[in-house]
Amino acid sequence: MTNFQGKTLSWQIRNGTVELLLDRSPCNEIGSDTLLELEQFAARLELLGEGAHALIIASARKEGFCAGANLAELYEHSQRLGPVQRIAAVRDFLERIHRVMNAIDAAPLTTIAAVHGVTFGGGFELALVCDLIVADKMTRFCFPELRLGLIPGFGGIPRLKRDLGNAIVRDLLLTGRSINAAKAQSVGLVSQVTAEGDALRVARATAAQVGKFDRETAIAAKRFIKPLLHDELRQEIEIFCELFTRPAVEAGLRKFVESTDPQPYLP
Amino acid sequence: MKSLEQTTEEILRLAAEHFNVPREQLGPADDFFTKLGINSLQALDLLTRLEQHFGIELPDYELQGVSDFRALAERIQSRL
Repeated sequence: MTNFQGKTLSWQIRNGTVELLLDRSPCNEIGSDTLLELEQFAARLELLGEGAHALIIASARKEGFCAGANLAELYEHSQRLGPVQRIAAVRDFLERIHRVMNAIDAAPLTTIAAVHGVTFGGGFELALVCDLIVADKMTRFCFPELRLGLIPGFGGIPRLKRDLGNAIVRDLLLTGRSINAAKAQSVGLVSQVTAEGDALRVARATAAQVGKFDRETAIAAKRFIKPLLHDELRQEIEIFCELFTRPAVEAGLRKFVESTDPQPYLP
Repeated sequence: MKSLEQTTEEILRLAAEHFNVPREQLGPADDFFTKLGINSLQALDLLTRLEQHFGIELPDYELQGVSDFRALAERIQSRL
């Protein structure tokens, strides 16, 4: 299936590039519906990759790339389940999303995240699995999980550590603040900053560029320079599940979901 | 260096232009969420534009408790 149109995303092959387009209102929040379709994508990635040299992940939502996990769904599920079932459900979700993220991370394609606007939490983590991040100048990156008494759970911490210096990792994780695209580029997170609305076009130009070179060489180089940190990724899931049992997390989720505060996305 | 008044005026002009509100309808003491009719996602958008305009980095937690343009200007002024 080289083309797919789902409820939360679509994909197609265009000029030797697999293009995965997220499109779930309001801002591509990752819940069970998106996870299901991402799993379908990951299952087909190897086959799709046979006819392509690059993968671009982008968003059709004007609000941004992805605002992170679907907290409303997470809260609703946590209210319906007892403590043991709640943790089991969270662990199951994390293990499934990690499998998807790991598949994209290790894909034998050059992967490019074309991001704009809000690129928070799980959205930031989805961008981090890619080889390159192309960000339009209005992008903001953030790990807001701290505000809920959690850490990033989709593999963000090991990948952030893989890519960046420890100081900026501590800054992002401990302050929960967002940084703009220029700052992100200055610390080495973002490969290119573009004009507003231009990230996908630049990502496509970059994909065309990488397509000029021998694919087997690119795959070998990527395997060498981009290790998949299995132990740390596993450890992140354990820490997340442990933190999730705390009452502060339920309170934080409730506050976010029920808030009429005009500033839910501000720290 | 810019004065606080200059900084405030530049914020008001930029906000008016970007959110299509007549400049004369905005004042330094106005609540920017209410006056501009924006939510927190749009506030982040405004923050990014202000960072670019003034050439600064302004952590979004600096906006805690800030909702009027003058207070926002004071935060920005401290980064110039």
